Amino acid sequence: MSRPELVAPPEIYYGDTEASKYTQNTRIQQIQAEMTYRAMELLNIPEGETAFLLDIGCGSGLSGEILDEEGHIWAGVDVSPSMLEIALEREVEGDLFLQDIGQGFGFRPGSFDGAISISVLQWLLNAETSHPTSSPPHRLTRFFTTLHSALKNPSRAILQFYPTSDDQIQLITSIAQKAGFGGGIVVDYPNSKKARKVFLCLFVGGGGGQQV
Amino acid sequence: MVRLITHNLLACHAKGCTSNNFPLQLKDVQLEQREAEFNPDFLRRFMPKLDWGALVDTARQLGDDSLPLEQPEMFDDDFLRKLHHVLLEVSVEEGAMVCPNCSHIYPISNGIPNMLLAENEIG
Ligand SMILES: [Zn+2]
Repeated sequence: MSRPELVAPPEIYYGDTEASKYTQNTRIQQIQAEMTYRAMELLNIPEGETAFLLDIGCGSGLSGEILDEEGHIWAGVDVSPSMLEIALEREVEGDLFLQDIGQGFGFRPGSFDGAISISVLQWLLNAETSHPTSSPPHRLTRFFTTLHSALKNPSRAILQFYPTSDDQIQLITSIAQKAGFGGGIVVDYPNSKKARKVFLCLFVGGGGGQQV
Repeated sequence: MVRLITHNLLACHAKGCTSNNFPLQLKDVQLEQREAEFNPDFLRRFMPKLDWGALVDTARQLGDDSLPLEQPEMFDDDFLRKLHHVLLEVSVEEGAMVCPNCSHIYPISNGIPNMLLAENEIG
């Protein structure tokens, strides 16, 4: 089976059928939950503190539900209307936005105490049209620059994604650095082809708290 | 839903629209009230992020004049409860947000604003 990001853009790929299949798949739910908990651990919000968070590519709210349970207040953006529709049905607490992260954010400087993103960034690596604003480096630059500005100083953004090559990791980290972020890559289960998980851990300022 | 906590952080992100692009003007809104858990510590920490003038103006346009025009220096319980209601318990379900600078319209339908830009509006 081809990787979904190579088949079609996310708002097309995650139409009603795929969006509900994705959300109802218990295996996906479990992996998504594990990665969300891990991202929250890396985000390093002080114990017991309610934070204002951004969920990038919130989809049907699988991660958002966990943010709700942990008492955080959040906003989520996603480019798939079908996914957002399901998030509404599931009655998550966050504010939802239909947004293409490759077009950048309009949030005022310092808005969020942190950001998480689960299984989304790989979608930005595929050009959707030949228009210059659609090239992956252009979209990644818009994304990271406006994300950096939307986060408070100090804070972190933890973005789990599925790169297909070290070149992709290199491209993403170099654009994130140019946008002002510190930090780097954390790989969980590096020697397991199946369980391997890549987290891009980005710091604004010192990132807050002790180092990962 | 678009709560005022989020609306207060949102500026227009269309290409070249970098000044006078906040706050987005709410038009033809349908509101919903929903209860949220009161968290005074969160609100105190959130205060510095708010643009107070924009929050009070927007709340008044929506018919809520519970907040004082000047941001108070002391945050007592009574004030924090009013702030809590305005920020977290009122949500816009239908309508639009219009940029005061470039007039881009971000429609809100079923509680979800459409923030997508046309090709020529992408920076
Ligand atoms: Zn504008």
